[in-house]
Amino acid sequence: MSPTAMAHALNAGLRRAMEDDDRVVLIGEDIGRLGGVFRVTDGLQKDFGDLRVVDSPLGEAGIVGSAIGLAMAGYRPVCEIQFDGFVFPAMNQIVTQLAKYRHRAEGRASLPVVVRIPVGGGIGAIEHHSESPEAYFAHTAGLKVVCPSSPQDAYDLVRQAVRSDDPVVFLEPKRSYWRKGELDLDAVPAPVERARVLRAGDDVTVVTYGALVPVALEVARICAEEGRSAEVIDLRCLSPIDDATILDSVRRTGRLVVAHEASRTAGLGAEIAARVQDRAFYSLEAPVQRVTGYDTPYPPSRLEEDWLPGVDRVLDAVDRTFEH
Amino acid sequence: MSTEPLSLLAPDGTFTAHAGPAGPAGPFGPAELRALHRDMVMTRRIDTEAIALQRQGELGLWPSLLGQEAAQVGAGRAATPRDVVFPTYREHGVAWCRDVDPVSLLGLFRGTTLGGWDPASNNFQLYTLVIGAQTLHAVGYAMGIVRDGDVGTGDPGRDRAVLVFLGDGSLSEGETNEAFVWAAAQSLPIVFFCQNNQWAISSPYSVQSRVPVAQRAQGFGFPGVRVDGNDVLACLSATRDALDSARAGNGPTLIEAFTYCRNPHTTSDDDGRYRSGSENDAWAARDPIERLRRHLVSSGAADAAHFAKLEAQERALGERLRTGCRALPDPPPDSSFRNTYVDLPAELAGQLSEHTEFVAAGQEDAR
Ligand SMILES: Cc1ncc(C[n+]2csc(CCOP(=O)(O)OP(=O)(O)O)c2C)c(N)n1
Repeated sequence: MSPTAMAHALNAGLRRAMEDDDRVVLIGEDIGRLGGVFRVTDGLQKDFGDLRVVDSPLGEAGIVGSAIGLAMAGYRPVCEIQFDGFVFPAMNQIVTQLAKYRHRAEGRASLPVVVRIPVGGGIGAIEHHSESPEAYFAHTAGLKVVCPSSPQDAYDLVRQAVRSDDPVVFLEPKRSYWRKGELDLDAVPAPVERARVLRAGDDVTVVTYGALVPVALEVARICAEEGRSAEVIDLRCLSPIDDATILDSVRRTGRLVVAHEASRTAGLGAEIAARVQDRAFYSLEAPVQRVTGYDTPYPPSRLEEDWLPGVDRVLDAVDRTFEH
Repeated sequence: MSTEPLSLLAPDGTFTAHAGPAGPAGPFGPAELRALHRDMVMTRRIDTEAIALQRQGELGLWPSLLGQEAAQVGAGRAATPRDVVFPTYREHGVAWCRDVDPVSLLGLFRGTTLGGWDPASNNFQLYTLVIGAQTLHAVGYAMGIVRDGDVGTGDPGRDRAVLVFLGDGSLSEGETNEAFVWAAAQSLPIVFFCQNNQWAISSPYSVQSRVPVAQRAQGFGFPGVRVDGNDVLACLSATRDALDSARAGNGPTLIEAFTYCRNPHTTSDDDGRYRSGSENDAWAARDPIERLRRHLVSSGAADAAHFAKLEAQERALGERLRTGCRALPDPPPDSSFRNTYVDLPAELAGQLSEHTEFVAAGQEDAR
């Protein structure tokens, strides 16, 4: 166990996955010699060669489309999309081919493809480098969508994603790449689809994922000072959603706040709120609150601090759940 | 097909065999040569100042064009004001030629705007960060020109064309290839100007293709021309010819300006990981500005007084960029909400008041 940054944990996870299975092939722009723009694949081409770590031509449809073909041929490709905003040229391959293949093949075949995408804002970046596209993927049947918030989860989830026979969209919160956390290379990982209660509480449940997890934990700390006990749930897997963990918590607390950076309308928060009102309606003491990015394109970086959900906005939402 | 690029001005500042009085360099008079040199010098100054501003924390990022000044100024000056230009994110020299206020180029990289200028007022579209996307917009604009009847009339006040910029890496995107197909199939008035700076971040051109850039046009059914991208005269004359041909109704051309960006991909990039300094040195010896300066000096087209005046202009530009950058206003907090739709939807109006209250409370706390 040693403190490790998430980018390094991902690197270790990919390395381990490649050692464990020589059919694992990485494909992406600048992932070889450069090691990717976030250095997540640093050193892997040197150690595994350029048939297993492929510097692709500049085309995302090509990256995902050829990964699909490789998977059909028995390989387990891991694609890297350079930034969130650049996944869209690959959307056709992801939505019309990758997600639907198992269904079309009537369950006879699967496509074990991982599509890694750095996501989210708060890093002062230029346009298309701060987006949160998770709802597009969660809305697409046939894809699993995961988003680690800690180095340990990143390491575990990336290995599990590679082993998954379902295609996995693997979202890496950029803001968390260089945050350090304990990493145990041989820990027994939790199941992919299990949300994690990071802090137990009785009065209000805060559900979030990715880069907002530390924000939610800070909120819980402040709540505690104010005499309120907040439970923090890290969703980890955005599709399928672990209803049971959320419902169990809300049935105890009676209050729910969902926070994500992505825009509000038709986002993950909407889905979670709908499920909770459907399945735990009589436990609710207050309407479910969403704290999200607004329904605008991601703003110029000078405005991002106030645009992104932060501690104050989540605290305000917690307050609102106590107004009832 | 010859892959020897068209070159008019050699690195030592002398005209090549292609030039000569009857050749394409014939029409370049001393005043035009001085102007082209000035454009390149000012372009480099914008670049140098922006890099310094980035280092001082005033910009988040800057994509440098060091070494690509000739390609950009040559192509930029070939377009008439009525032609429409579609840039990538690196076309600071073209923006200069289109009279876009250089300070406004900085906003995108300072995070005060996602655009920075009115795309219609100089016929210079907004920078496009998504590789290849603008090539299809250029196609559509050219389709509009055809429908307006502004092509092939022979009236220089009327005929127009589209000049779209792209990088060697962008040639691999499906959208770029679709743009080539559409432009060829409809014989559109469009010039694709590809600055082959040989690298797409860490990927050398060999990752993208086995044939020279210009040769790729053939397969789509239109001409490809390879020029020395560090020779402003070659870039200017090839682009002029291609735009003339497009305006006359003869369809698209792909120009490959063979060049090299001597700075890393952007200020965030570490090119020591993937390329050698000696490559850089070789290209520094082919510097586009230096070769024209040599020519101006040896031909007597410019004297010491001229260069002194230019240096003063350069310094003034630097000063203007430095103060202008720091003075760029943060966008109003409601701007994102107001600019998303023509009419603010009710839900978004609600979010805006939520946001406004939140920002106001924050300012209250700060007091
Ligand atoms: C669709 C898309 N994918 C990936 C990127 C990330 N990216 C930015 S610039 C770049 C390389 C571009 O190379 P090239 O087209 O040769 O232009 P240059 O930067 O060399 O001028 C990449 C991969 C992007 N901007 N857009």
